[in-house]
Amino acid sequence: MSTVIMQLFNGISVGSILLLAAVGLTITFGLMGIINMAHGEFIMIGAYTTYVVQLIFQKYFPGGFSAYVLVALVLSFLITALLGYILEKIIIRYLYDRPEDSLLVTWGLSLILQQLARNIFGAPDVSVTSPKFLQGNVAIGANIDLPINRLAILAIAILALGSVAYLLFRTKFGRNINATMQNRQMAAALGINTKRIDSLTFALGTGLAGLAGCTVTWIGSIGPSIGQDYIINAFITVVVGGAGTLLGTIFGSTFMGVGNTTLEYLTNPSIGQALVLILVIIILQFKPKGVFSLSSRKIDD
Amino acid sequence: MLTLQNLAATYGEGRVIDHIRLQANVGEVTCLVGRNGAGKSTTLKAIMGLIQTSADTLTLDGQDLLSLPTYDRARFGIGYVPQGRDIFQNMSVRDNLRIGLEANRKTQHVPDYIFDLFPILKDFLNRPGGDLSGGQQQQLAIARALVTDPKILILDEPTEGIQPSVIQEIGDVITKLKDKMAVLIVEQYLEFVLKIADQCYLLEKGQILMSGPTASIDQTQLKHTLAL
Repeated sequence: MSTVIMQLFNGISVGSILLLAAVGLTITFGLMGIINMAHGEFIMIGAYTTYVVQLIFQKYFPGGFSAYVLVALVLSFLITALLGYILEKIIIRYLYDRPEDSLLVTWGLSLILQQLARNIFGAPDVSVTSPKFLQGNVAIGANIDLPINRLAILAIAILALGSVAYLLFRTKFGRNINATMQNRQMAAALGINTKRIDSLTFALGTGLAGLAGCTVTWIGSIGPSIGQDYIINAFITVVVGGAGTLLGTIFGSTFMGVGNTTLEYLTNPSIGQALVLILVIIILQFKPKGVFSLSSRKIDD
Repeated sequence: MLTLQNLAATYGEGRVIDHIRLQANVGEVTCLVGRNGAGKSTTLKAIMGLIQTSADTLTLDGQDLLSLPTYDRARFGIGYVPQGRDIFQNMSVRDNLRIGLEANRKTQHVPDYIFDLFPILKDFLNRPGGDLSGGQQQQLAIARALVTDPKILILDEPTEGIQPSVIQEIGDVITKLKDKMAVLIVEQYLEFVLKIADQCYLLEKGQILMSGPTASIDQTQLKHTLAL
């Protein structure tokens, strides 16, 4: 029984990281239609932001070291959101309605960003020291110990998802995003500055990737190509769940997380991953737009 | 008052409209009539800034609109009801109205007169816009344009695909509105035009064939042109 619970938790834990990585992608890819191959590199930038904040706290504020986590969470979001905003302004806005070009350009950008990270931080991976309150386990029964860092990632994923849902469905900004993505011309004809909405929406997506990058530092070392570990699974998560829907992202990340860990446990890592991909193909045969599909300007094109 | 002089637009190598001159005043309903492809909708889209065009003059109450992007034209006072209505299907009636309200008035409160004009919308506030009938969607589209507090309301074929009883209601609403704002309509339904239009412009092959007060327009030629 404890093995089943631990496997389930591992699956949900992996899914929660994917959820954080994919929720930004569901905005930029699902709603805006931009195939952003550099999304993983925004995860990497968020991770390195956390690394730098940790170094600053170690050097200048050793007494309050644990507080670096909060500062890193905020800064990893803000810095990647700002970079995303600038990127949209200077490159991405010229790639709307050009999916093949957006794929190639952002792929090139991802290589540039990886090389930049190598030049600045070096090729070898670096480790981020977790604060004490994120270390250790919580015992919830006989032989069932849940790692605190993974519980924290799960909590942040839920919080981020809730915040995004609130933003999209309960605020003026969210309504403007929905209107712009559904019908750009009509949104503009009602007084919405759609270009500004595009920039801010893309920034939101990259900011969430940065947040994901902050959390992955709690479970392992980070390197210039860490984004590549997540980008493919994040895209699969968005596509299988239904591009542009938060419910779809929850489904997709849980499916990928629990599916991968369970099938890897029952077989081996290679066969397990292959089986998950076969399941994805079967799902897309029956639900080509994903399990939860949404109508938006890009998806309908 | 909206003034438009020498408007021209091209698609590819063909000129769709040329030398369009028109004026729409408060207190009047101005109608652009013509057959399919005459350039009526293109003219409205050009006024809204939705397509690339050239013109000598496009002003609304003296303000030059030519240099403004679409969203600024809307904020300055053009309320646009497109052909096909373009309701945000997944959003509730309330949110469809809020989009127009928030972008222009910085408030979420729908003015009471909107529900006086279209009482049905009050009953369906939480219903997705896509679930409404064609007539209800048309009413929502007009209401959504009105909450932007426009100086001119422009409507592209508001009777298209609408049942006769709702056409009558929409006609009544437009007649009520013309005292508060200029109204410019593109329409092919001749009976509706003759009933509500004060000024008429007949377009053919992208140019104005004739114009003037509806009563003075040669209705035989109007009917003949539209019937062709």
